[in-house]
Amino acid sequence: MYVAVKGGERAIDNAHAWLAEERRGDTDVPELSIAQIREQLALSVNRVMAEGSLYDPDLAALAIKQSRGDLIEAIFLIRAYRTTLPRFGTSRPVATAHMACDRRISATFKDLPGGQILGPTFDYTHRLLDFKLAAEGDAPPPAPQKGDAAPADVPHVTGFLNQEGLIEEAPADDTPPPDLTREPLELPAERALRLQALARGDEGFVLSMAYSTQRGYARNHAFVGELRIGAVAVEMDIPELGFAVEIGEITLTECETVNQFTGSKTQPPQFTRGYGLVFGQTERKAISMALVDRALRWEELGEDYTGAPAQDAEFVLYHADNIQATGFLEHIKLPHYVDFQSELELVRKLRRDVQDRADAAAAQHPEAAE
Amino acid sequence: MGLLAQAETGRVADLLDQSGPRPEFQWLRRPETGSVMVQGRAGGTGAPFNLGEMTVTRCALTLDCGTIGHAYIQGRTKADAEAAALVDALMQTDQAADIQTSVLDPLHAEADQRRAARAARAAATKVDFFTLVRGED
Repeated sequence: MYVAVKGGERAIDNAHAWLAEERRGDTDVPELSIAQIREQLALSVNRVMAEGSLYDPDLAALAIKQSRGDLIEAIFLIRAYRTTLPRFGTSRPVATAHMACDRRISATFKDLPGGQILGPTFDYTHRLLDFKLAAEGDAPPPAPQKGDAAPADVPHVTGFLNQEGLIEEAPADDTPPPDLTREPLELPAERALRLQALARGDEGFVLSMAYSTQRGYARNHAFVGELRIGAVAVEMDIPELGFAVEIGEITLTECETVNQFTGSKTQPPQFTRGYGLVFGQTERKAISMALVDRALRWEELGEDYTGAPAQDAEFVLYHADNIQATGFLEHIKLPHYVDFQSELELVRKLRRDVQDRADAAAAQHPEAAE
Repeated sequence: MGLLAQAETGRVADLLDQSGPRPEFQWLRRPETGSVMVQGRAGGTGAPFNLGEMTVTRCALTLDCGTIGHAYIQGRTKADAEAAALVDALMQTDQAADIQTSVLDPLHAEADQRRAARAARAAATKVDFFTLVRGED
């Protein structure tokens, strides 16, 4: 139960003033600019955009600065800001087949049209601290470049398997999807709703759920069929113009997993798929999302429900959102004085009753008490 | 309009001002920032789902000659939306050829250059994996 409390205004103001001072830190150290955060902490910015569910690198960088680098607090700020924006409309679904790929790898085919493109990856680094970065130095030399041809479309890997009928298809469909930001999450949740919830879900939670499937809780033998990171154009139909125009360009990470096959009396065995699509360069999250998406598809694919957490849509979807989680978790530190007072009264009364009964029993049977 | 939407902050306004004085105009809709829900497709090709929103600024204006210009640009910079709407309107007037060469062509070239620079870096990281023959096989 909540009751209004009054007072403490000065303490709160002073706490916020101290917060601002602590946020700035030692004033002998230069202050961080939004541009520095956007450019040099880009993967934090990407995470805040993905889980804040709003693509705007400058706003995400501002939120990171304001939250002193607490990313969940930054995501909270972005979610709160998002609710103040009027919604102009909905884009056409982005065409990831036309992505200008910075990175594109496949763990299932070594020779594939379009090639394996490593991009700016941490893979194959030695994970040794680089003390050169601690010394202020010149900018690194520009990365090598090759060719000057215009970037060509890179075909999707699952397309090759589709040609042989070895993998389930994802036929185009234009059913308007439900929107979590407009309607509260209700179960059973169709796949479109699950994908939206996973795309904005907490990276750590989605990662752990995905990892649990690899360790045997609803194992589905995932291979990364394809992981691609790059820029795609966003198009929207503009009512006053009567046609669609590009309204911007965003960076996305897309992961398609190729999973163990299903088959039946009527259908020959074929591979199944999981899908991850996340704002920014966020590949750990995109791979995790694809694994969890696949695990949640057990029912439509006719698999057994093994009771694994990653198969339980209610468990996954109701616990994936770190803003919901942190809101409920952190509210317990706010004043609960009246609640607690009543509990205190209750415990005292229970103890009194127990004591009274014990006293009464002792009075009736004095020998038992000895 | 795609070029105008994706240009770097302040770039359209700079190019427009370099091309000459701005025409007089009336607002039909003053610049306002909002969001657009971006959709993806399950499996890249299947049913659409809501991925998340992006910030967009839009406006509409009319030149004294009655030509209407619209802008929908990524981000929150109202001055850029105004410049983009002016360019959109001017492209429908007899100044279209001038605006094309002084604003849109440079934007096009810059966008191509940015894209090519990333593509060339990506191409330099293209690998061939060799499967090694294992000793015991």
